[in-house]
Amino acid sequence: MATPTISTRPSSPTPRPKKKELPYPLNIYQTAVGKKWVMAVTGIGLLGFVFAHMLGNLKIFIGEVEEDGVLVQDIDVYAEFLREIGEPLFPHGSVLWLMRLGLIAMFALHIHAAYTLNKLNNSSNVRYQQKTDWLASNFASRTMRYTGPIMLAYIIWHLADLTWGFTDALYSNDGAAGPATGEWHHGDVYANLHGSLGNPISAIIYIVANMALALHIFHGAWSMFQSLGINNPRYNAARRYFAAGFAGLIFVGNVSIVIATMADWV
Amino acid sequence: MSANTLSLTLQIWRQEGPNTTGAFETHNVSGIPDDASFLEMLDVLNENLIEAGKIPIEFPHDCREGICGTCGVMINGRAHGQEKGTAVCQLHMRKFNDGDTIAIEPWRATAFPVIKDLVVDRSALDHIVASGGFVSAPTGTAADANDTPIPKEVADSAMDAAACIGCGACVAACPNSAGQLFTSAKLWHLNSLPQGQPERFRRTEAMVDTMESFFGSCTNHGECSEACPKEISLDFIAYMNRDYVKSKVFNRKLASQK
Ligand code: HEM
Ligand code: FES
Repeated sequence: MATPTISTRPSSPTPRPKKKELPYPLNIYQTAVGKKWVMAVTGIGLLGFVFAHMLGNLKIFIGEVEEDGVLVQDIDVYAEFLREIGEPLFPHGSVLWLMRLGLIAMFALHIHAAYTLNKLNNSSNVRYQQKTDWLASNFASRTMRYTGPIMLAYIIWHLADLTWGFTDALYSNDGAAGPATGEWHHGDVYANLHGSLGNPISAIIYIVANMALALHIFHGAWSMFQSLGINNPRYNAARRYFAAGFAGLIFVGNVSIVIATMADWV
Repeated sequence: MSANTLSLTLQIWRQEGPNTTGAFETHNVSGIPDDASFLEMLDVLNENLIEAGKIPIEFPHDCREGICGTCGVMINGRAHGQEKGTAVCQLHMRKFNDGDTIAIEPWRATAFPVIKDLVVDRSALDHIVASGGFVSAPTGTAADANDTPIPKEVADSAMDAAACIGCGACVAACPNSAGQLFTSAKLWHLNSLPQGQPERFRRTEAMVDTMESFFGSCTNHGECSEACPKEISLDFIAYMNRDYVKSKVFNRKLASQK
């Protein structure tokens, strides 16, 4: 294709220098549209994780079940089941670790793309000196760059709190089911949860983080369709409902666990 | 004819050139008929300035009938002013009230340097079109109308995209200064038609790459479409995203097949 030349004035904007092109398929990720595509694909993976995570944790409402003649909490059985996936073909806990590695990779790509695109946007934008009106964007879409990092900080806290038990000095045995302060036990999901949520500060962190998550999903689960080019006037309106419904479902599901645990209903 | 006239306080951005810092300057105008257009109101102000021996304000304009895409300023926080689907030249003073204060600023983006006052350099948009917004086929004499059958829906959609006048309001309204709406409209009016197919993927890659060398990245806020005087749809952005990733992956030996 012959490219016509355009006369340029001294004020003409200068294009950003082009980076050396990496081999396929890495070159897709070198472009902003490609990065957004990766963000959407990893976003879908993360949505799947968040959904499965919620479903699993809702097992707390099942309460005690009988296993081998003893009463145990169903959620503790579920936690053990996660380690047994793939057995006996794969060793104990290995498939869980594979899933964790996949999850970490999705988070890493999602966050790296968000960070670099955000940098690109900041370098492209010049602020107006007057107040400008928002006509189409919403609170969720404008706060993606804050709800994301809030969740990242929360995820680290959440792992420290319940997966590693680093924060068990903050556990409180107020509740009927709560273990003593400082008593985190590997695999005792039910007791650990009561210990953590016995402390109202911990409960507030869980609820605030879920608000951030719901906002993030409200925009993200709509935006991802556009980024992937999934657009058809026949069902475009449904994309908005899907995002709102998904965000609402995750919020209600997760927060119900926090509240029910705090109130010792489960 | 119009009975009402308006007196207004204007806060207008004045800037000597690309490398100087500008500032708002306050001017009062009175006796503006309410059937004047916004640009005619600025003409009145400029005549006052010339009569007073001052330098008139530079503002972008050409056709003044909403089809050329030359005009465009930020008015009270909105690109092209508060009237939806309307370029500044088609915005009329009856939409304002007597005594209003109106803030007027040039489009702002790193890729849109200010030339003077309210005029910015939008040649980055020209570079995008120059990199692929054409069909390079030997055309010979004009083909018969309807030689190439095109479904009505497709023709309508291509026409909706071709309605883009390239004013840059989409970039101006975008918090990321992204050029997605413009680029996707320019792509879709060729990529949707049979004549655009042979170069579809090359065109998409070239235009998106040029766009990204100047502008930010889309976060799907939708401000662009809301500001657009031609109300170009966000749908085209989705089609562009789809074609772009496809263009990287697709086996082009199969390009003539659906
Ligand atoms: C479980 C956690 C998460 C889920 C389910 C999730 C989901 C999503 C989805 C579906 C999108 C839309 C992608 C697109 O528009 O193509 C998105 C965008 C985004 N995510 Fe996440 N994400 C999560 C965690 C994070 C984290 C930890 C960060 C940052 C540290 C982050 C930052 C962002 C940003 C900045 C955007 C772009 C927003 C925009 O383009 O408007 N996300 N996320
Ligand atoms: S002056 Fe031509 S579109 Fe406004």
